[in-house]
Amino acid sequence: MLVRFEEVGFRRPGRAAVLDRLTLSVQSGEVLAIVGRSGAGKTTVLKLVNRLLLPTSGTVIVEGRDTREWDAIQLRRRIGYVIQDVGLFPHMTVEENITIVPRLERWPAERARTRAHQLLELVGLPPQTYAARRPHELSGGQRQRVGVARALAVDPPILLMDEPFGALDPVTRAEVRREFARIQAQLHTTVIIVTHDMAEACILGQRLAVIDAAQLVICDTPAIVADSSDPRVRAFIDAVPPTPTPDRTA
Amino acid sequence: MSLLQFWLSRRAELLVLLEQHVVLVLVSTSVAVALGIPSGVLAARRPRLGRTILLLANVAQTVPSLALLGFLLPLPFIGGIGPRTALVALSIYALLPIVRTTVTGIQSVDPAVVEAGIAMGMTRRQLLFLVEFPLALPSMVAGIRVATVIGVGTATIAAAIGAGGLGEYIFRGLAMVDTTTILAGAVPAAALALAADGLLAWLEHRIAPARVTTAIAAPAAAVSLLVVVALSGAAYARTGDATVVVGSKNFTEQVILGELVAQVIEAETHLPVVRKLNLGGTFVCDRGLRTGDLDVYVEYTGTAVTAVFHQEVPHDSDQAFRRARELYARGSVSVLSPLGFNNTFAILVRAKDARTLGLRTIDDLRSVARRWTPGFGYEFLQRDDGYPGLVRTYGLQFGSQPRGMDVSLIYRALADGQVDVIAGDATSALIQAFDLTALDDNRHYFPPYDAVPLVRTATLLRQPSVGRALARLAGGISDRDMRALNAAVDIDHEDVRKVVRQFLERLPSGR
Repeated sequence: MLVRFEEVGFRRPGRAAVLDRLTLSVQSGEVLAIVGRSGAGKTTVLKLVNRLLLPTSGTVIVEGRDTREWDAIQLRRRIGYVIQDVGLFPHMTVEENITIVPRLERWPAERARTRAHQLLELVGLPPQTYAARRPHELSGGQRQRVGVARALAVDPPILLMDEPFGALDPVTRAEVRREFARIQAQLHTTVIIVTHDMAEACILGQRLAVIDAAQLVICDTPAIVADSSDPRVRAFIDAVPPTPTPDRTA
Repeated sequence: MSLLQFWLSRRAELLVLLEQHVVLVLVSTSVAVALGIPSGVLAARRPRLGRTILLLANVAQTVPSLALLGFLLPLPFIGGIGPRTALVALSIYALLPIVRTTVTGIQSVDPAVVEAGIAMGMTRRQLLFLVEFPLALPSMVAGIRVATVIGVGTATIAAAIGAGGLGEYIFRGLAMVDTTTILAGAVPAAALALAADGLLAWLEHRIAPARVTTAIAAPAAAVSLLVVVALSGAAYARTGDATVVVGSKNFTEQVILGELVAQVIEAETHLPVVRKLNLGGTFVCDRGLRTGDLDVYVEYTGTAVTAVFHQEVPHDSDQAFRRARELYARGSVSVLSPLGFNNTFAILVRAKDARTLGLRTIDDLRSVARRWTPGFGYEFLQRDDGYPGLVRTYGLQFGSQPRGMDVSLIYRALADGQVDVIAGDATSALIQAFDLTALDDNRHYFPPYDAVPLVRTATLLRQPSVGRALARLAGGISDRDMRALNAAVDIDHEDVRKVVRQFLERLPSGR
């Protein structure tokens, strides 16, 4: 059990609860997809894992330890984080962006560099072409791949992804998604991915968690979720277009 | 004399003033950077505190520069005549743009980038130095650029309190009503501002694609800081214990008298003399003498008793002199023998008006006062023995409010018809040059203004030769001599140093 939420609640003072008594666990090497409407509390789940937020009730346990007891810096260095806006450092090259955490961890320069080139190969961006580029010289899809490479730099046991493919056009989106599935299969990283797209969740997630109005509705395999009769789940299933996306065949 | 000739004949002086100017701006901007960037970071991090910081910096910026200098002068440690006060004032002015652009720079960093940094486990420091600073740098450099350019302009005011710089030419030029001298200071100041702006714009452009690594920036910053420290050290190291500091107010006669005192001390004692001429008024000179920033300056008995000590001036010359000597003695300042001439106020009108209207005395003004606009120096308007007493004594009622202007502009304003009656100096060369007539003070309103050297008693005790040197000037300058000296500088545009040297050669030696 790598990550475990026990009766977790989160609310800001004077506001309605963002999360209410959420219990959930993620196995090592598993991909858990969290689905929900905008504002349902999905992003909060991720931020509770890397201690960008602390729960107002209940406990979040990462690698057997309460996040309250973790040193925030140490915890975050063990967790990769990919967000929709990517957040690449515009003043650094692609290579510098990828090696930032290794450098913070005081890796020897050569090792960090080798790792960056290895990761660039992995995400399908030949290092001899892309290592020295700056983020503004990349397309949206390429930037997202660099973001994934950066998050994987120190081989973190956990990877958090918040709508990672949301800003991409459908074709690029399918391509990067396929790429990501391949990488995950290769590295066996534990992944928690947040999306509002049920089709994407079904393709990437080994299990799906549906969150609605601060509460966990269901958390199970895609097949079981698809059979659910809960109207809150049905709303998501029915929103998926009937034609299969090209990803299914990949 | 053309501008080019002016510069060529005063090359050495020009270079010194330019260096002083550059040092003033460099040091004050560096101080503002050292204070402004941390304040800006703090303000960006804590919005509530930030609003207070920006408000303070805004308020400081709105205080007019001369007023700020006047306010700082009497303060202990940071006040006093000379570069220190000017540096404090200039640093305060440079703060706002730097604080503001630092705040803007840091706040405009993409929140996604900041979140990515935090989420990957950067500490606050790492986030600041690896992400926020490099991204805010172009904005910060833009702020430093604005601060520097403002600094170059504002530093010209520093000459008013004896901090040197190109403003000296501007103030000297204003005092002599001489455009060439004004331009001699204003043109290089403008060129300096443009050069600084260009240099920093280039720097801003260089780092805009954000390629500053600490490996380059740190040594560069260190070197420039060293240069600044070395230059400012050199600027301060000049005044030793044996030097005599001579001051003067900011009009031609005072500058001539300051130079005269300086040259006579140099000739008779061989002590090194530092000139702090063109200081901004009686108050500044008096402060300087009391704090020890000045050793000597020439004051007028009437001014001393009223403006400095706020007492009624005896209308007899001897009594006025004795009163001044008594009052100054309490503050450990010695009043030496009068130089000989009496620079009392003169109420002046255009000679043409005097003829056509038959004006001879100030009493005669009453018939025309209702139709006339008077113009006076700020000091005259303010002082008890100035405008308020004048209208009281003579029962004058002017048709419009008196216009206040710098004393150096007042004669021209009268000649050009902007005002109709002014108060000037009885010894001014401009009276003849602009064809003006002095009205007779028939009610003896104006007290005697005999010129006397004031010396710090401590200086006289330490260097008795200074007292002996100044004794040579006692009674040596008549009203006519003074008017001639003023005319040589104001009308014939001769160099003050030369005019004074020639006068001293004719004066009997003290030895």
